[in-house]
Amino acid sequence: MIQSNMPALIIVTPMLVAPILVFVRHRIVARVLAIATAWWCFYLAVSMAGVAQDTPIAYDMGGWEAPLGIAYTVDAFSSLLLLIVSGIASVVLPFGPGSALLAIPEGKNNLFYASFLMCMAGLMGIAITGDLFNVFVFLEISSLASYTLIAMGKSRRALMAAFSYLVMGTIGGTFTLLGIGMVYQLTGTLNMADIAQRLPDVIDSPATRVALALIVVGGSIKLAVFPLHQWLPNAYTYAPSAVSAFLAATGTKVSYYVIVRGIFTLFGVSFVFGTLHLERLLVPLALLAMFVGSTAAIFQTDLKRLLAYSSIAQIGYMVLGLAMANQAGLTGGIVHLANHAVIKGGLFLVVACITYRMHTSKIDELGGLAQRMPLTAAAWLVGGLGMIGVPTTAGFISKWYLVMGAIDRGWYGIAFAILLSSLLAVVYVWRVVEVFYFREASDKSNLEAPADMLVPTWFLIAMTIVFGLYTPWSAGLASKAAALLLAAS
Amino acid sequence: MKQHMRMQDKIILRLGAKFLVPFILLFAFYVQFHGDFGPGGGFQAGVIAAAAFVLYGLIFGLDTAQKVVPKSWLEKGMAIGVLVYGGTGVATMLLGGNFLEYDVLHHHNGQHYGIIAVEAGVGIAVTCTMTLLYYLFAERGRR
Repeated sequence: MIQSNMPALIIVTPMLVAPILVFVRHRIVARVLAIATAWWCFYLAVSMAGVAQDTPIAYDMGGWEAPLGIAYTVDAFSSLLLLIVSGIASVVLPFGPGSALLAIPEGKNNLFYASFLMCMAGLMGIAITGDLFNVFVFLEISSLASYTLIAMGKSRRALMAAFSYLVMGTIGGTFTLLGIGMVYQLTGTLNMADIAQRLPDVIDSPATRVALALIVVGGSIKLAVFPLHQWLPNAYTYAPSAVSAFLAATGTKVSYYVIVRGIFTLFGVSFVFGTLHLERLLVPLALLAMFVGSTAAIFQTDLKRLLAYSSIAQIGYMVLGLAMANQAGLTGGIVHLANHAVIKGGLFLVVACITYRMHTSKIDELGGLAQRMPLTAAAWLVGGLGMIGVPTTAGFISKWYLVMGAIDRGWYGIAFAILLSSLLAVVYVWRVVEVFYFREASDKSNLEAPADMLVPTWFLIAMTIVFGLYTPWSAGLASKAAALLLAAS
Repeated sequence: MKQHMRMQDKIILRLGAKFLVPFILLFAFYVQFHGDFGPGGGFQAGVIAAAAFVLYGLIFGLDTAQKVVPKSWLEKGMAIGVLVYGGTGVATMLLGGNFLEYDVLHHHNGQHYGIIAVEAGVGIAVTCTMTLLYYLFAERGRR
């Protein structure tokens, strides 16, 4: 029963455990239940990825066959997303006694876990479904849950940040829905495989272009592509630390998935890049994101805000990868989803350790942190190297593929820009390393974070090294996904 | 001098509401159970049922309404509704079908039973959510 229903179970389990958690008042029981659910989903994602990377798994909801009913399809690309979302949730939920809980009103812990699981279910649902309208439904489920999670931040500004994210997210969701509606109007179907077959017949219709524009813009708002990124820094800064780690590692990644699916699976490369030349818009925006995001990160005084701006730059790399639309470039963009998820997730957990002990994330107040929290500071160093893209770290793998992709297209200037923007990452990472290691702490007593926070943090940080040396589960899966996406269009 | 009167002091409103509430609820149940034959179903029925509680609350005051339907019930009801829906799906999986494949529930009437169970879940969840929304907005001025 489990074997044949895995695609349904990975969504249904967190969605049903969430309402059960409403009845669980006991703090520890609620926590254990949430962690067990995340681990169970990760187990399902791993077992599905083993099969799906070569032969896609199809599942018919309610036993209704595909064009009529809602189908779930797990291929290499969606299984990578499932692995990222469930994997990061499995690491973040056991984090700390917790830093996440510190910010939450007493007696509402169970509701926090319920929202967290709903968010996770929504994000995984977007990746797994083969039905375009279902994508929108899951997008809304994950968004509503993430607004709640961000609003649970300790500072009152968290409410404002959640509200502006809500406004932007709703606009993005509306655009996406309008686009989906137009695609439905054009093709008469919502099943993605069906749409891909029928769209070429109406590809010359102006409505097709509008639908593409709406889906790409809607997705870009949620992905925080450069000029549409304003909601992101505040949302990541004021959310509870564990939530920042989870959303930074997963939330934007899933929007990237929606855009890539839309462009490659539905509309097709030859239309999007051959006829419309979308890369003429995406490449400049990606480059701006890389440079403006990294430059803004250099001037931040708060660690969380620094990481948030760095995320905007990293999203630039991903968009650049998809705009290249060749095997190496798309692999680079997709593998950066996984690599950035472990790097940024790990670094946000480092910041969570720091704020738990030092009660601040202002860089200037953290001088000499390496003397007080040596393991935490070392985790920042290793994760930072990953973000810069030093060889043997995960960041290097993504940048390698991106540079290869740029050279394949003959975009030598852009290959150079990728390397140049990595230098900006050196500046903002090293500025913090300098404060941690080369300044004297006023108080030298040991304040190392507790083991239950350090283990998850170091687990993700270690993964940045693992994904730099052993890549079948990151780059291997990503290149299969890229090959599949390019073959389909 | 104009005398300040509460809604429940106005006899026509009070009797009108008392007269209407049972019929609204009856209509909600009609829409709920008619859902698998014609237009209707859990969502519409839930909204209609919630309208009955909202009307009651408007006329007799929020406190009286909350005595009839306490807030804590509504919070649990929302979760129960989802669980009924999802539980139906889990049941079909346990019986060897796909998620929400109602045919396995009964050799002949599976689709009927499945839809009724799922719509019941939707009805409970929507009634509770709509009523709770009304409570939350109505309470805002008080704090």
